[in-house]
Amino acid sequence: MAKIKSASTITPKPGVGLKTWLIVGFLFFAIPIFSAALFSVQVGDGSYTISSYTRMLTDPGLSESLWLSTKLVLMTVGIVLLLMVPTVTWLHIRAQKAKRVVEFITLLPLIIPPVVTALGLLSSMPSFLKDSPYLLGFAYGALTMPYTYRALDAGLNSIDVKTLVDAGRGLGASWRQVLSSVIAPNIKSAIFGAIFLAVALVLGEFVVSSLLIWNTLPVWMALVGMSDAEGAVAISVMSLIFVWLLLMVMSLLDGSKKVKINVGGV
Amino acid sequence: MSSTQRGSLVELSNLVRRFGEVTALDGLNLTIQPGELVALLGPSGCGKTTALRLLAGLDIADSGNVIVDGNDLTNVAASQRDMGMVFQAYSLFPNMTALENVAFGLKVRGVDTAKRESKAQELLDLVALTNQANRYSHQMSGGQQQRVALARALAIEPKVLLLDEPLSALDAKVRTQLRDEIRRIQIEVGTTTLFVTHDQEEAMAMADRVGVMSNGKLEQIDKPNIVYSNPASAFVASFVGAMNRVPAKLNAGKVSILGQSIKHGGGSSGNDLVALLRPESISVNVEKSPSANTGSVLARSFLGPQTRLTITTSETKTNIHVDLPSSEAGPFDPGTTVALKIQADSLLTDDNGKN
Repeated sequence: MAKIKSASTITPKPGVGLKTWLIVGFLFFAIPIFSAALFSVQVGDGSYTISSYTRMLTDPGLSESLWLSTKLVLMTVGIVLLLMVPTVTWLHIRAQKAKRVVEFITLLPLIIPPVVTALGLLSSMPSFLKDSPYLLGFAYGALTMPYTYRALDAGLNSIDVKTLVDAGRGLGASWRQVLSSVIAPNIKSAIFGAIFLAVALVLGEFVVSSLLIWNTLPVWMALVGMSDAEGAVAISVMSLIFVWLLLMVMSLLDGSKKVKINVGGV
Repeated sequence: MSSTQRGSLVELSNLVRRFGEVTALDGLNLTIQPGELVALLGPSGCGKTTALRLLAGLDIADSGNVIVDGNDLTNVAASQRDMGMVFQAYSLFPNMTALENVAFGLKVRGVDTAKRESKAQELLDLVALTNQANRYSHQMSGGQQQRVALARALAIEPKVLLLDEPLSALDAKVRTQLRDEIRRIQIEVGTTTLFVTHDQEEAMAMADRVGVMSNGKLEQIDKPNIVYSNPASAFVASFVGAMNRVPAKLNAGKVSILGQSIKHGGGSSGNDLVALLRPESISVNVEKSPSANTGSVLARSFLGPQTRLTITTSETKTNIHVDLPSSEAGPFDPGTTVALKIQADSLLTDDNGKN
């Protein structure tokens, strides 16, 4: 009888190739960030200073644009939580057939150029909305749909939504209670993912906000960059660190520990 | 358990439910007495789960009424019906512990924390999961999850307990244990229960009455032994228990089959029909010479206390199953010639689908 190879000789070693790719990937992202950070603190004679950071942090334009972007972030997150979560859940339990149509609709913001979106909003919205940043908030709600819909859809696909909803309703829970106590906690990762994508988009979107003439953080950064390159890079680095921290906080909040314990019996 | 929990009278009246072209329920009428456990049995797509969901309020009937204790609940939302349900799929809320799951129905009813936790613990004791209160669903076995689901359904002291194939995802041994446990608890709390299953053994073992459904209609509803021994239709006869379908001929009020003539009421002389014979209603003896009532053993299957012989006969050109005690099955090796004798005074027949 032929000798059977031991498992160690059969199993491919993941080591070298994977490690190389990880290092290349890390460098691909790390070098530009490091270079940007270096550029923001280096002065002409080779010495270092954090003056570009202090300059930016004391600029009244930062607080104004940051406050506007924060409001828009909150509004977009509200749209995700109050509109997207119930809608996608409803699609899963009651309108499976409509899912393909909705999937297509959610892709429209990727297909329609932002310039067209902005001009469309300006020409179709009532004047009281045109003068309000909330118009931009609604626009962001729509722009984030391709990402938030897919994040929530993936989350809902991972649980038996219909049975959980039926169980909740059967036990006397209202729709609101079912959504807040049963569905949302079980797709927490997906909701956080959707929120993070929405936040990232709002903090990075430039075209629509500049066309609608709102000084959001990205627009302000672009304006600063025209006259103060170090300052613009410094604010970019800070923005990056802020988003990073946000991601970490979200990961901590979504700290569901799933420990599989094998148990038998009835 | 609280002594206030009593069974309710359930009346399903002429329920119709269509899904496009398909009629899932075709005028279902069913009355369940207080404290009774009725099992709806039938093949996939017969409408049994639809009936259960209509009673639960999780689906809406096209016509007909759902009446509980004289109150018409047809248009009442599921959340307002006070019905406890255990699902086929594991339905515990993954974000909650066993205790929190059981207490959920009380929480949404505004019961204060101490009271609902005490009640939930009481229910966990009832389903023998006292020590599992702080476990999450992923830390429990399938059987334990279904017991928690049962406790959760009972915690709200439901008017009706609805069991939608709660045992079908479990392995055979656990299923049998849990089956007995559900019945014990149901008798203890006295809740009117509708149990849906495609497993006839489960239905027969647990129910006070078994309703057999086909094509959205209730073919028969009666005590399990009566459904088995006196089926109302050929479908019920074939669906409940094992049944041989043996070609036969009707002559002068008697059916000629396997060399025997057995009295039969209906039909015209000379008509071909199919006799329906339970495997245990045929006896066999080893026979040396072939004749009209003999056949040859094709296979012998050991089923525990019983052994099933598969016998082919030259007369019927069909395989006939015969069940006999395993202790008596020794002489019947494959290839043995055996004489068959029908142990029945009258026959159930399928005459073009009707008996």
